[in-house]
Amino acid sequence: MPFSLLKYGLNKDYPFEQNADLPSPSALKSHYDVVIIGAGGHGVATAYYLAKYHGITNVAVLEKGYLGGGNTARNTAVIRSNYLTSEGVKFYSESVKLFQGLSNEFDFNIMYSSRGQLTLAHTDAAIRGFRQRTEVNKHFGGKTELIDPQQIRELVPSLNMNPADQPVLAGLWHIDGATARHDAVAWGYAKGATQRGVELHQLTEVTGVDVDKGKVTGVQTNRGKISCGCVVQAVAGHSSIVGAMAGIRMPITTYPLQAMVTQPVKPFLNPLVSSPALHCYVQQTGRGELVFGGGSDPYPLYNTRSTMDLKESLLAHAVELFPFMANMRLMRQWAGLTDMTSDYSPVMGLSPVENYYLDAGWGTWGFKATPICGKTMAELVATGKVPELIKPFSMSRFDTFRQVNEMGATAASH
Amino acid sequence: MKIINCPLNGPRNSSEFVHGGEVRQMPDPNNCTDKEWADYVFYSDNLIGVVTEWWLHAPSGYWFIAERHTGSDEILRTYDPAEIYTSRVEFKAKEEPSASEEKTA
Repeated sequence: MPFSLLKYGLNKDYPFEQNADLPSPSALKSHYDVVIIGAGGHGVATAYYLAKYHGITNVAVLEKGYLGGGNTARNTAVIRSNYLTSEGVKFYSESVKLFQGLSNEFDFNIMYSSRGQLTLAHTDAAIRGFRQRTEVNKHFGGKTELIDPQQIRELVPSLNMNPADQPVLAGLWHIDGATARHDAVAWGYAKGATQRGVELHQLTEVTGVDVDKGKVTGVQTNRGKISCGCVVQAVAGHSSIVGAMAGIRMPITTYPLQAMVTQPVKPFLNPLVSSPALHCYVQQTGRGELVFGGGSDPYPLYNTRSTMDLKESLLAHAVELFPFMANMRLMRQWAGLTDMTSDYSPVMGLSPVENYYLDAGWGTWGFKATPICGKTMAELVATGKVPELIKPFSMSRFDTFRQVNEMGATAASH
Repeated sequence: MKIINCPLNGPRNSSEFVHGGEVRQMPDPNNCTDKEWADYVFYSDNLIGVVTEWWLHAPSGYWFIAERHTGSDEILRTYDPAEIYTSRVEFKAKEEPSASEEKTA
């Protein structure tokens, strides 16, 4: 043990204060230009890009819990852009590109690991869908290929090619697919934002939104009232609840999504593997643990309890894919709340309340969009104009029946 | 919630049931605006609290209504839809003009 540690051990004060990544909490000011509700990845990313690209630093990010402690901590950290619609592919590809440069930009390791993501087809219909996705992806500059069983065997030798009597017929091989440490993404953005003067207030819960003549004027919190020029709502899992405070009704239903992780083992699985037919995706983390996720729960609920039947079916399918996993021990299991929209695309941009911007409906696809969401939401706040990239995701698409249907492009949950 | 009390079949395992969405008033499809119809189809209060919803007991094909708390995952009450729906609900939309009629028009 270095002696300097002993010195710190005997010191009464917290020794790292001057070097801390995040400044200590300050008092709430009575006015901010921008209030961001929710210090998850999306919220702090928005604050970061507001400060970095638009010079707007009179910003408060309010968080009822702690930084990145909600769904940013609960997702399974899949980064991919192999979606189905041109709107979706364009949007998520930009996000993947931003992710690739984040560690350098933050000077902070987000453990970005570009492994490729493999989706399995067990039916001819799935192969047809994959063909379409391959072409759409290539068209927008993504790296996606349709591969045959022999190539799949070479990529993932440990995979059972006939899981649950549903032979693997082909694979959608998404070379850009990656994973990263989800907490680090939030920490990196928060560090960059606070260094530029943004205030991050944890344990500060928004309890009400003040709207005057159709325009937002401020928010009420458990630490007092704040007036503000505009509000960005980025509260995955509670979008409808916070939206209702501003009088906004949303096209969202909230379901729990359960996931789990096994004991660590030697590295054997490089790509991220998913099987939509078996409602299951598996990946090995940098620490060697296997992370599984599956479909959302079968009925809406605001509760992160776990249920045995969902665990059972998810594990059964995972063991079908990788039979030797039956001997592994589970370490943890948890659930997150997913704000599902009927077309599996987000709700972003303007809301019926003036200067109240929405970043909602992030269902099971929020983490991978963190950087591009931050960038586009910051642009929207700074310029007041909806960026082209997120125009298709406006809430009003439901009123005009112009959905962006990405249901067929989920990794596991349909 | 592991057991659901079906009004027809009594207490059964929750895996036998399918969630059917909130009970709500359907606007008249012939006269409502697009916004009203979109609201009915896509939008929801989605709040934490007691909601009244449709559930199906799949093995017997029986639809009923349950009052459930979306925070605690408890079902407070289940009952037959006849308690609310005293008369038949017609889902028939306005008849589209047939191809032959369009030709003559």
